[in-house]
Amino acid sequence: MVQDIFFPNSVDEALDFLCSHNEKARIIAGGTDIILELQAGKKACDYLVDISRIPHLNEITEENGFIRIGANVTHTQVATSALIQKHAPGLAAASRAVGSLQIRNYATVMGNIMSANPAADAATALSPLGAFVEIVDKDGTKRVPLAETYAGICKSSVNSCCQMATHVYFPVKVAGEGSAYSRMDQRKALALPMLCAAVKVRLEGNTFENVCITAAPLGAGPQHLTEAEAFLTGAEVTPENIAEAARLAKAQASFRSSPIRGSKEYRSGVLPVFVSRALLAAVDHARSN
Amino acid sequence: MADKIISFTLNGEPVQVAVGPFEMLVDVLREKLHLTGTKKGCGAGECGACTIIIDGVAITSCLYPAFRAEGKNVQTIEGVETDKGLHPLQESFIEKGAVQCGFCTPGMIMSAKALLDENKSPTSAEVREAVGGNICRCTGYVKIEDAVMDAAKKLRTAAVRGEKL
Repeated sequence: MVQDIFFPNSVDEALDFLCSHNEKARIIAGGTDIILELQAGKKACDYLVDISRIPHLNEITEENGFIRIGANVTHTQVATSALIQKHAPGLAAASRAVGSLQIRNYATVMGNIMSANPAADAATALSPLGAFVEIVDKDGTKRVPLAETYAGICKSSVNSCCQMATHVYFPVKVAGEGSAYSRMDQRKALALPMLCAAVKVRLEGNTFENVCITAAPLGAGPQHLTEAEAFLTGAEVTPENIAEAARLAKAQASFRSSPIRGSKEYRSGVLPVFVSRALLAAVDHARSN
Repeated sequence: MADKIISFTLNGEPVQVAVGPFEMLVDVLREKLHLTGTKKGCGAGECGACTIIIDGVAITSCLYPAFRAEGKNVQTIEGVETDKGLHPLQESFIEKGAVQCGFCTPGMIMSAKALLDENKSPTSAEVREAVGGNICRCTGYVKIEDAVMDAAKKLRTAAVRGEKL
């Protein structure tokens, strides 16, 4: 039962509080996931450490060749950020699709990652971008590839009772690179995706020099569709090659059937459409200035 | 588990209220401040009935810890009407038939107000995105969208005339 909420003014203060409360305190940022989990008894803590007042964690910046998103950055900020729209339009689109505008106004991208939900929009959109998360604890700071933040279905490898994820980074877009995100949803708002796909490409002329294609929910976190990736690497950018990649994605992906999110047959059937759309959008982004 | 006194601005007036650490703002507004205009439809951030405006942005108050309201500028449906009368949004909702049972209406108006406070020339898509998180069981949404666009027009006209609404 939550007995108090502490509002630290710095990451150090937040960590000091966590470390001195023997796993009975937990980080809260936006809170739109964790409050529901606490109310349902899925998680428990005696204290919440509300990081919303820590300065500078609400910033999206470009530094040293990376885009850096702080732990308090909301989905609305990401969806409307010119920097994100330039370097990762897929991430902007993904954040824009989360929940509702009201939720996006205070739910955070970092919270989306920490929820470790298999088809969390922003986390999936980040997954092909080479993103990593900066995590601070009593032993110091470390950087963990996004894929390694998933310990299981809805289970993060980050322990928010003794660690704090402060930033997520991904490399800036360079010439020839493009990324995109596509999502199948039951409604235009207030719905997790039935499936989603995220793509990053690097083009050399009219050839795919490098391709990352991820899709979800196919496991604990977004899964690389490696056969489609391998097929496209070195291939010409043509509708036929994109269609073949989409077909390979379908052959490799293995959905489970969900009464809420869709049957495996249906999701498998429509996956190629969303992979194609994401590939085409990523190619457009790569060719744009 | 001790209550704390929090202070914030509510509909333009300073207010102080004792709240518990895990109390959500919707419950404080309704149960302690007796402002029952903000409705609690689902308590899970999924219907928008509890929408209020904090520091200019619409948020679902059922998932917003009251402690976090300290120092903030909070607007609820009760603060939308002014001394001059109903806000254009309220007038348009009535005129356009955008209210049936009325349960979603406060939340709808707050979401729409947050939009129109920033953008008095929204497109249809922007209106739909603004109220996309507000569920209505009765109206089918068409008249709600019409009402918001109508209110936007009223606000633009007033702005052109230099009127303060």
